[in-house]
Formats: sequence, C-alpha cells, structure tokens
Amino acid sequence: MSGAAAEIVFDRATKRYPGRAEPAVRELTLTVPAGEICCLVGPSGAGKTTAMKMVNRLIDITEGDITIGGTSVRSLDVTALRRGIGYVIQQVGLFPHMSVADNVATVPRLLGRSRSETSSRVDELLDLVDLPAVDYRGRFPAQLSGGERQRVGLARALAANPPVMLMDEPFGALDPITRARLQQELLRIQNELHKTVLFVTHDIDEAILIGDRIAILREGGVLAQYDTPEALLARPADDFVARFLGADRGLKLLALRRLDELQLKSLDELQLESPDEATGPRAESSTTLRDALSLMITARSRSLVVVDRDGEALGVVTLDALAGLAS
Amino acid sequence: MSGPLAQGTPGEPVIPDFGEGSDCVVENRLFCADWVRDNWAGVLQPALLQHVKLTVIAVAVGFVIALAAALLTHRFRLLERPFGTFSAVVYTIPSLALFQLLVPVTGLTVTTVEIALVGYTLLILYRNILEGLRGVPVDVLEAARGMGFTTRQTLWRIELPLAVPAIMAGLRVAVVSTIALATVAALVVPQGLGYPIFLALREAFKTEILVAGALAVGLALVADGLLVLAERVLTPWSRTRRTT
Repeated sequence: MSGAAAEIVFDRATKRYPGRAEPAVRELTLTVPAGEICCLVGPSGAGKTTAMKMVNRLIDITEGDITIGGTSVRSLDVTALRRGIGYVIQQVGLFPHMSVADNVATVPRLLGRSRSETSSRVDELLDLVDLPAVDYRGRFPAQLSGGERQRVGLARALAANPPVMLMDEPFGALDPITRARLQQELLRIQNELHKTVLFVTHDIDEAILIGDRIAILREGGVLAQYDTPEALLARPADDFVARFLGADRGLKLLALRRLDELQLKSLDELQLESPDEATGPRAESSTTLRDALSLMITARSRSLVVVDRDGEALGVVTLDALAGLAS
Repeated sequence: MSGPLAQGTPGEPVIPDFGEGSDCVVENRLFCADWVRDNWAGVLQPALLQHVKLTVIAVAVGFVIALAAALLTHRFRLLERPFGTFSAVVYTIPSLALFQLLVPVTGLTVTTVEIALVGYTLLILYRNILEGLRGVPVDVLEAARGMGFTTRQTLWRIELPLAVPAIMAGLRVAVVSTIALATVAALVVPQGLGYPIFLALREAFKTEILVAGALAVGLALVADGLLVLAERVLTPWSRTRRTT
C-alpha cells in the first residue's frame, strides 16, 4: 500500500465508548476522492479526531466500516495498516534521541527498506520540506524550532510514500506566521505529490485554505455538511453550519476568488473615453475579491479599476457586482 | 579465613601492635608513606580490586533484577505495589541486621555479602528505571504507535533509549552507595577495603584507616565520573540545546 493516492470511504462508521449513551462518531458516511485534502472541522466534542483515528485504527470502529482504496481497514494487520499511512500530530512527537535523518527514516526502516534507498529518500524529503539535508540530517529535535520540527514531522510521515496521510491539527501549536508558511508549504507539496489527506483542524479559515472539501461535524459526531469550501460558504445547510462558518462567510467566499475570474465591465459599457476617467482605486487582476472590496470601502468608492501587471486598465468592477456574488 | 565478626572477642582490650615498621609506623603518625609503599601490593591493591569486584557484581545483578521488575511493572501496573514495597522494605533493613539474618542461611561467604548489597541497589534502580520508562512523552508514544511500531519495538527503540538518563542517574547512586556499603562486607568476609579498615581500627593504626578510606572515596568518585562519561556517550541527544 504505497505510491498512488487512494480513495478513503467512511461507510456509516460509528464509534461508541462503553458506558456512554451517545456515540462519539455517529454513522459517518463520506468519501474523500483520491488525491484530495479533506478537512474535518467542528467544535470540540464533535469527534473529528476520533473519526480520523479510526482510519489508522488508533481507535477501533464500533459499527460500519472505513475503506482505503477499496480495502477495509479492519481486514488489514494493524501495524501494516499504520505503516502504510502517513501520520502527523500537533505535538509532532519526534523521537528526541534520534537525529533528524533517523526520525525521517523511521517507517522505511520498519518496512525493511535498504539502507542506501532510505538514506537518499531522507535527503529527498528534507529538501522537499525545505530543510537542506546537509544542515539538518545530523541535528537532534531539541536543536530545532517549532516550525522546523513540524517540517521534519511532515517529512517523516511522507517517508514511505504512503497513499494516505492523516494530519491531526498539525499546525495548531505554531505561531501565526510559521503556521501560514507551513500551510503554503503543505499546499505546494500536495501539488507535487497528490496524497489523499484527512486534515483535522478547529480553524475554519485553515480548512477553507487547505481543504478541497470540508466535513463539518457537530456535537455527538454527526456530519453536518460535507462540501467544497465555495459550496459551504455559499450554501450552508443549516444554522449550525452558518454559525460555524462565521458571520463573515460572505467575505470568506470573496477571499476564495480573484478579480481575473470576473466578467468585468468594459470601459465602453461605462461610456468612458479613457481609462483615466474611471473612478475608484486600482488593483491588479490577481487581487482577491475580499481585498478589492476592502479597497473600495477604504477609498469610499462604489467601483474599482482592474489593471494588469503593467498598470493598464482592464475594466471596472462595482460594489453591486461583488454584493451579488457573495450571496 | 573468616572476618572480624567471627574472630573478635567482645570486650577484649585493643593492644596496639605495629610490628617492626619504621619510626613513623611505630609512632603511629597520621600518614606513613613508606607503610603504604610496602603494603600496596600485599594489602591495599588486593583489597581495592576485591572492592571493585564486590561492587560490580552487586550492581550488575541488582540492575538485571531491577530492570526485569521494572519492565514487568511497566507492562502490568498491578505489580508496582508488591515490587515497590519489597524493594523499599529491603532498603530499610540495617546492613548489620541483614547480615545477621543471612549468615545462618548462606554462611560467612561472599554470597551473603552480595545478596545484601544487591538488595540495597534494588529500590534505587527499580524506581529510576520505572520512572525513566514512564517519563517518555505521550506525543512520542502516540507518534510511534501511529507509525506502526509494535509494543516490543516501542520498548526497545523508543522507551528504553529515552529512559537512559534516568537509568544512569539510578546507576550512579547505586554504584556510589554500594561502594560505601561494601566496606561493611568485611564483617562477613575478609574482603574489600573494609577489611584493612577493620584491622586498622582494632589497632587504631591511622595510616591504614586513612589510606583505605581514601581509596574507597576515590573509587566512588572515579566510578561516578566514568558513569557520567558513559551517559554522555550513550545520550548525545540529551546534551544538545537549541542553537537556532
């Protein structure tokens, strides 16, 4: 079980703890298509981590099933299953007595891969997570910053080239700047590797940024809605989901789109002779709609001129047009 | 041959007999270098080597027993109370009393001495090994489990290596205290640095008491230093601090 991404299917997966009336996860049914990132979000007690840990059987499923690439996780030997799944946790859990290289080499060694293969794989992965192997191979975890540790954690999880990755609030303990950087790194790496990723977070903004799809769980481990970020923000299924997305979900939706995706009003349409007559602030076409809106508000203007990289006017976008999009 | 415990007649006055030695010895000055030179090969060196041997055997056997007990306790929590209580009770028995208890069974032998010395190492080693095993951070254990370590692999590759600093701390205390305690072995057998001290005590011969005592202290210091060195070699990771 390594290499190409595999689909993860939750089929009425349920977790009950003995002595508790309500299940922690109730009949969770959802499909994560191969090569996509699915973010599990929800308030604490919604069972998002429980749902994730049922995949590598750190928590056993009570009823229902979970399959990876069509194979039930229950049918596999538990250690073989876990070695075939990348696992990243918030506290990283690097082995303090092992060098960075030995940490990254953990799973390939458990799988009995050859020394030379493992060694070159370690270098490759350290480069992938932007930690130059020459500098970092021999360091111990105590010599790394928080961000560097989680990069090593990510490299370690990717070492055996698993088709599936489980990430449990991997950036939750990092400062905002480091977190933003690692989120971008993860997206860059995902663009190269196309793993199927289950990503637990309590941060809806992180989920919107990272997830191809987002599963919102509510208390009691019930799936409230499972959709793409755009669809969730545009059409929340109920009050709970809408509240969870926040009152600024319109802005979040605008943040997902850029000016160059819009049908702009041409200068002719506005009956302007020259671009100089167009009123309002100017913004490059790569600007997000959210930032465009902000520019209009701060400039007290109902319109904004979209320009290309050279500052040449491409057209005009109006406040009314943006308001129509967000709803 | 038997120790002072066997031969001494209580209440008998101690008659100094310093033999045919130098003026220094005859006058029983504080330190007579010539006596040390003359008696190094015949008295002091053998006593020192016996002392090392008594200590090494006691700590080695104690370590094996304590490690086994700690590993069992780590696996089966219920064993903590019986093992912990047993080692603590043994530790509280005064050494003289323990020898008295053992001599009728194992006689005036090295075995008697070793049983007692081993007994005293158990509490320290057992507690430290167990504490070391339990001190492994939970996130490390979760990562190991999540990556597919078996219980045995977790123990050998993660838990025991990470317990080394605690284990070494226990070994240092055990070794130093065993070196001190092993002088009492001379009550049972004429071995170790305790024997020349006992003989010298009877005659109040200052040089021999001083030198044998100093050798015991020096041995403890050297052994402790060696263990510190061994710990550094075994745990390069624990010395490192963040450099970035």
